[in-house]
Amino acid sequence: MNISRSISRRMPKGRHVVIGIPFIWLFLFFLLPFIIVMKISFAEADVAIPPYTEIYTWAEGQLSIILNLGNYIFLTEDELYLAAYLGSLKMAFISTLICLLIGYPMAYAIARANKEMQTVYLLLVMMPTWTAILIRVYAWMGILSNNGILNGFLMSIGVISEPLQILNTNFAVYIGIVYSYLPFMILPLFANLVKHDHSLLEAASDLGSSTFNSFWKITVPLSKNGIIAGCMLVFIPAVGEFVIPELLGGPETLMIGKVLWQEFFNNRDWPVASALAVVMLALLIVPIILFNRNQAKEMEGRA
Amino acid sequence: MAVASSTYKRVLEGDQQPKEVLVKIERVTKKFDETVAVDDVSLTINKGEIFALLGGSGSGKSTLLRMLAGFERPTEGRIYLDGEDITDMPPYERPINMMFQSYALFPHMTVAENIAFGLKQDKMPKADIETRVAEMLKLVHMTQYAKRKPHQLSGGQRQRVALARSLAKSPKLLLLDEPMGALDKKLRSEMQLELVEIIERVGVTCVMVTHDQEEAMTMAQRIAIMHLGWIAQIGSPIDIYETPTSRLVCEFIGNVNLFEGQVVEDHEAHALIDSPDLERNIFVGHGVSTSVQDKSITYAIRPEKLLVTTEQPSFEYNWSRGTVHDIAYLGGHSVFHVQLPSGKIVQSFVANAERRGARPTWDDQVFVWWEDDSGVALRS
Amino acid sequence: MNKRFSFSNIMLWLGFLFIYLPMVILVIYSFNSSRLVTVWGGWSVKWYVGLLDNTQLINAVLRSLEIAFYTAISAVILGTMAAFVLTRVTRFKGRTMFGGLVTAPLVMPEVITGLSLLLLFVAMAQLLGWPSERGIATIWIAHTTFCTAYVAVVVSSRLRELDLSIEEAAMDLGARPLKVFCLITIPMIAPSLAAGAMMSFALSLDDLVLASFVSGPGSTTLPMEVFSAVRLGVKPEINAIASLILLSVSLVTFIAWALTRRAENARKKAIQQAVDEGAKATWQQAPSSAKS
Repeated sequence: MNISRSISRRMPKGRHVVIGIPFIWLFLFFLLPFIIVMKISFAEADVAIPPYTEIYTWAEGQLSIILNLGNYIFLTEDELYLAAYLGSLKMAFISTLICLLIGYPMAYAIARANKEMQTVYLLLVMMPTWTAILIRVYAWMGILSNNGILNGFLMSIGVISEPLQILNTNFAVYIGIVYSYLPFMILPLFANLVKHDHSLLEAASDLGSSTFNSFWKITVPLSKNGIIAGCMLVFIPAVGEFVIPELLGGPETLMIGKVLWQEFFNNRDWPVASALAVVMLALLIVPIILFNRNQAKEMEGRA
Repeated sequence: MAVASSTYKRVLEGDQQPKEVLVKIERVTKKFDETVAVDDVSLTINKGEIFALLGGSGSGKSTLLRMLAGFERPTEGRIYLDGEDITDMPPYERPINMMFQSYALFPHMTVAENIAFGLKQDKMPKADIETRVAEMLKLVHMTQYAKRKPHQLSGGQRQRVALARSLAKSPKLLLLDEPMGALDKKLRSEMQLELVEIIERVGVTCVMVTHDQEEAMTMAQRIAIMHLGWIAQIGSPIDIYETPTSRLVCEFIGNVNLFEGQVVEDHEAHALIDSPDLERNIFVGHGVSTSVQDKSITYAIRPEKLLVTTEQPSFEYNWSRGTVHDIAYLGGHSVFHVQLPSGKIVQSFVANAERRGARPTWDDQVFVWWEDDSGVALRS
Repeated sequence: MNKRFSFSNIMLWLGFLFIYLPMVILVIYSFNSSRLVTVWGGWSVKWYVGLLDNTQLINAVLRSLEIAFYTAISAVILGTMAAFVLTRVTRFKGRTMFGGLVTAPLVMPEVITGLSLLLLFVAMAQLLGWPSERGIATIWIAHTTFCTAYVAVVVSSRLRELDLSIEEAAMDLGARPLKVFCLITIPMIAPSLAAGAMMSFALSLDDLVLASFVSGPGSTTLPMEVFSAVRLGVKPEINAIASLILLSVSLVTFIAWALTRRAENARKKAIQQAVDEGAKATWQQAPSSAKS
């Protein structure tokens, strides 16, 4: 008994295996890649395979590392990049706001519904997230194009005589982002709102608070974590969105995800693409940390 | 207060059998980060007894129980079971089983599978498991429910299954975590007696945790009152109620009237206490050894031992004038709140022995009095 | 009445209209016999029939399904482990970092994840000689990484709801931690494991950006195939394939919903039955317990 116990103590414990496997996977395929991106952002583009230079050389027993800041300087020199970053942030910010304005009442209504309807509503919200973003964006292409359904409808009822240019404008991109990310706003808001104790609102109205006042002073502050989670789930991926601006946006749509894609696939400039990614990550690091804190609290049940 | 008759009998008779120690807890301390949940606790539990850990939330009673089960490891101190040091033994190796407050029945297994679970872990032959499960089902009168899933059972039935499951492996020690916590009040008193009956029939030693003093007094032979991680007093229900050793204990168990005072006369056979709340001194039928500097003392008397009368007592000590401040009629007895001349309000339980007797009523002048040995003098 | 027509309820229905109308229109127009997508030329299934001849597309579908299948399995295993660590292992070094690593892929822009993974694979190929060619394996790794995060969220929310004392009871009865996990925890969280697997399968099937970065020549997935066609504008063939995807997803969702509903109803009925019997039993027992 004692011997077997001392043996089992010396073996790698189950606990280490359980922590170790996902940790190593995520370290290897999530964290380490960022370090490599960082490294390559300091390299120079080269006509080679892979198309960049090594940042360190090993000569005569000496390791020399050359950090080439050229890519970052290049980003500041060309206005295109700055405009793309600002464009992305603005686009993501406004879309997040619209998502919140549409999503909050929806989440509220679902949380107030009876149990039976709740599951139906939730499925209706969740189902689109299981279909490709690509297909949902594509659906809008058919609706918004010059000879599309929306223009056809508007002309047939006589509101307009000429087709409106909606597809390939920023407006279409807003529609696309709000449409694609709305479920990600609703779900965390619902998860939060459904936990609220309804008697709080009854207590408030008992104390003479109007419905709107109770909502504003009690429900909204209590759903803070849900609002943060929902906004971050929309804002952060929207900043780096590629498919939507590519398909719905036009020449005026400058978004960083699209620019990065072009640098990488069209110009094959891996170092500049890496530098773009590093800067994007730097911009998003604060919201990401905010989201992670919030999420960690939720997951550990401390919230 | 209801006390299971067999328990009560044994307490009154005193245990004739020699006491054999089963569990020894030696100076155990448990810290969570900086908070001390259990603070230097030592106690022994004898074979065959039902021992209750009684305390409010945060008193450390549950932590102590979880250390016995092996879910928490003490920060300091050792725990011995039958002489063997089990402090570092994981829960799955300890011959100790627990009945959880929520019962923790496996929701995806039938009643029989739940009971068989522990036996399967011991690699018991299949036929033996079946016999044992049938035996346990019979013990708790659940034979006809063997094929049910836990969610198809009522609260009381779930508790029986949980009990059967924790007894199936014939543990040396049975732990009960708030055994009646999940039941409604009516079912409680019924189940308390049945639980004690089953435990005594099996003859297992049992440690229970509860915050309900009535439950502890009904079921346990000895009670440890815990407060802020330490043990305030250990004793039989009668000891704890009638001879509390501290203010804390007598306030925790039942109701009590407390009089602060100074010892003015201290002899071997009697002592006198002067309390500013009372016009007359308190006479105690034994010596009270206090220090020379600090003569302060607290005199505690239970409401049922404080008597109310309309006639002035003829003796010198242990009474006071008062007016009836409030009366609460509770059926079996009434609680009189009597205001003393000092302004202090004391409680007295008066049995409603007659259906409608002539009684003092609101604002009547009355006298409260008590026997010389009715109260307890407490120095802490 | 007042409640039914409240502002939030109206918003809910408008929101659903906003979400589903475009998809419904897409499905309707996939049956349009006219090649001009906006002109209605009568009902037809010819675009669906035409898909069958498109071997390139069918290969892409099969490839995507294969990757999605592997991803679902691996993401459920890794995600469950991660969720278990987050909810059950209270203290260890690097816990905060672990939590961050698990949840960050949820929000990380896909272009960043895609680019960084590609660069990792290129560096690995240089250093280790693997992966010599990017394809199904690299896409599987990329998908597993971000699906793990989704599974971890779903499973951890279920693990958190579980009564911890059930697992403790199993341990108390002599089961070692691994056995407790297999015999007790897994069966209790099975529905969320299934949900996580379905989610991973769908996410993997849908992904365009990550796959575009880490795929190699000859390993085009379905979304990549669709994307290259969509870039050139709206086409009836794409309408047909998009509708098929929409319909299959809604079908799976509906079946899942119907199954859970049936299980839930059966459970409710059983509980009701127990309550009724329990009430009866208490009445019958009262005299007998008084006797003893």
